[in-house]
Amino acid sequence: MISRRDFLQVSMAASALVGASGFGNWSRLAAQQALTQDQLLQFDTFGNVSLIHVTDIHAQLKPIYFREPSVNIGVGGNRGAVPHVTGADFRKLYGIDDGSPSHYALSSGDFSSLAKAYGRVGGLDRVATVVNAIRADRPDALLLDGGDTWHGSYTCYHTEGQDMVNVMNGLKPDAMTFHWEFTLGSDRVAEIVEGLPFAALGQNIFDAEWDEPAELFPPYKFFECGGVKIAVIGQAFPYMPIANPGWMFPEYSFGIRDENMQAMVDEVRAKGAECVVCLSHNGFDVDKSMASKVTGIDVILSGHTHDALPEPVLVGETIVVASGSNGKFVSRVDLDIQNGRMMGFRHKLIPIFSDVITPDPEMTALIDEQRAPFKAELEEVIGQTDSLLYRRGNFNGTWDDLICDALMSEREADIAMSPGVRWGPSLIPGDDITREDLWNVTSMSYGKAYRSEMTGEFIKVILEDVADNIFNPDPYYQQGGDMVRIGGMGYRIDVRKPQGERITDMVLLKTGEAIDPAKNYVVAGWASVNEGTEGPQIWDVVEAHIKKLGTVTVQSNDSVTVVGA
Amino acid sequence: MDFTRRETLALGGAAALTFVLPFRASAAADDAIAEFTGGAAIADAGVELTAPEIAENGNTVPIAVSAPGATAVMVLASGNPTPGVATFNFGPLAASQTASTRMRLAGTQDVIAIAKLADGSFARSSKTVKVTIGGCGG
Repeated sequence: MISRRDFLQVSMAASALVGASGFGNWSRLAAQQALTQDQLLQFDTFGNVSLIHVTDIHAQLKPIYFREPSVNIGVGGNRGAVPHVTGADFRKLYGIDDGSPSHYALSSGDFSSLAKAYGRVGGLDRVATVVNAIRADRPDALLLDGGDTWHGSYTCYHTEGQDMVNVMNGLKPDAMTFHWEFTLGSDRVAEIVEGLPFAALGQNIFDAEWDEPAELFPPYKFFECGGVKIAVIGQAFPYMPIANPGWMFPEYSFGIRDENMQAMVDEVRAKGAECVVCLSHNGFDVDKSMASKVTGIDVILSGHTHDALPEPVLVGETIVVASGSNGKFVSRVDLDIQNGRMMGFRHKLIPIFSDVITPDPEMTALIDEQRAPFKAELEEVIGQTDSLLYRRGNFNGTWDDLICDALMSEREADIAMSPGVRWGPSLIPGDDITREDLWNVTSMSYGKAYRSEMTGEFIKVILEDVADNIFNPDPYYQQGGDMVRIGGMGYRIDVRKPQGERITDMVLLKTGEAIDPAKNYVVAGWASVNEGTEGPQIWDVVEAHIKKLGTVTVQSNDSVTVVGA
Repeated sequence: MDFTRRETLALGGAAALTFVLPFRASAAADDAIAEFTGGAAIADAGVELTAPEIAENGNTVPIAVSAPGATAVMVLASGNPTPGVATFNFGPLAASQTASTRMRLAGTQDVIAIAKLADGSFARSSKTVKVTIGGCGG
């Protein structure tokens, strides 16, 4: 038996190796401007097991820009803990030089100029090259997809996820778990899952009527790698029917169900699992919390909150790995498993610099084949942008400022609301805005733009409710998105107050007057989880607005005052 | 103005769910507990309550209780206008002292289970169940 102290020492040694194999080098390379594929992939194969983790790809087949958040507030026990460290503080924490490739890949700050220097990131043909290289080192490496794969683009919407299924099948994953996939509707999900050539896992996917595990989604699957018996347990997004429209998949119930997770860990250990991996879509803080409650998990491959961390976080004897989003990163985790215990690990978060990593030609052809029927629509230029357009951040991003402006202008509303989702790539100043770019930040199966009247009191109820889903001090009560974006209204938020007391000083921007709780305001928004929502599709609303503007310039937005961060 | 009556109604429905901000144990719940226990001391261990952290549907929230050796388990929704949900009584021949049911919750609140154990002592467990509008998952 390895003691906790021994384990920590082993882990610390492994962490030090990360620095040697990845991080320090990139900083030096920055000075030399000589980043190469070999250096990005360099990894001294370790132990007897390799895991490859991709997650939250959101249907991004081609390279994109993706700006990491500058505001990502942690509350309760996670105040000031990663991933709630951003920008210069993040670089200081991990010893990353300003202007280096790691700065560009992992943190916000100076994004537009670094994007011009380092180029786009991601592209599943580049990801394929990385996966193939790892498999060349370790042929039985497991490729695990954390979900949010079959959602988020023009082609994915029009093929109901088939483009992503075809391309991911080309990557040959070993298992997958789920979130936005379910917004395709349960019939379509069942149709795809029944034909998948790999495991569709979720220990927390239950039949809603009988409250029993759903047959279509087994809780776990066993694999053998390097003579080690490995159990991979799936954990789908726990709050799907709450954060997304439950009426699209009424047969299913989710939840964290950590008592069932513990039962599954005990069950696979009893069946001889020497290593237990949880492929999770919980979100990072929920995964950390779950790791502190459930014993016996060696590795949690964490998804949902789109965090990219250059080192795993250790909770008890569990390592939690965060692998970013939108195809921007691939994590490689090598483990040394001896006598049913994890004796050490080596980890590298590999950024997919699309100009540095050579695309895999077969995968490029497969991707182009999916896109070919839609080529003209994808490439049509709708306008240009003078501003950096991005989404990530707790309170606002310029993409959502633009979307809110479009809603207010096209729908003649006082106030606009845009959901605090974390997907959606960025565009840099001077870029064309194509229809594909617009769909990358708006595409969904419930995208109708409603227009309604709400009292000031009800608007506050909404803001308080959403704020508590982000800033509740207990991660188990968080849903993992960002704050609903508001156009036309300012407010003050104290993130450390309880629900009902966080939001104050609501002001209607066009008049400068305080929001009257009793008065009705015309509100336009999109992505309502209510069945039967009526209105034009959000991408049509925003396209019409951009076409009128020609060139988009987004003004800086300081309408939200944040305290208690 | 082109918003419809239907849209307004849909939003009204959402509003009805959420007027209530966290409820805490009411006097009615305290009274029910006092009546059940006769004012006896209540231990923290001896009864397990399983409930979701966030309700998928506040109108039908599944919960389960388990209290090995108990003769009765009372379940309360402390923030409902009428907190009493159920009292499960277990006879001497009961194979296990577990039960499950679904309940309606008026809003975010603590669900409480009080078990009367074989030796006549009492145990308590509670869990906050959040009822939310939702709609913004990343």
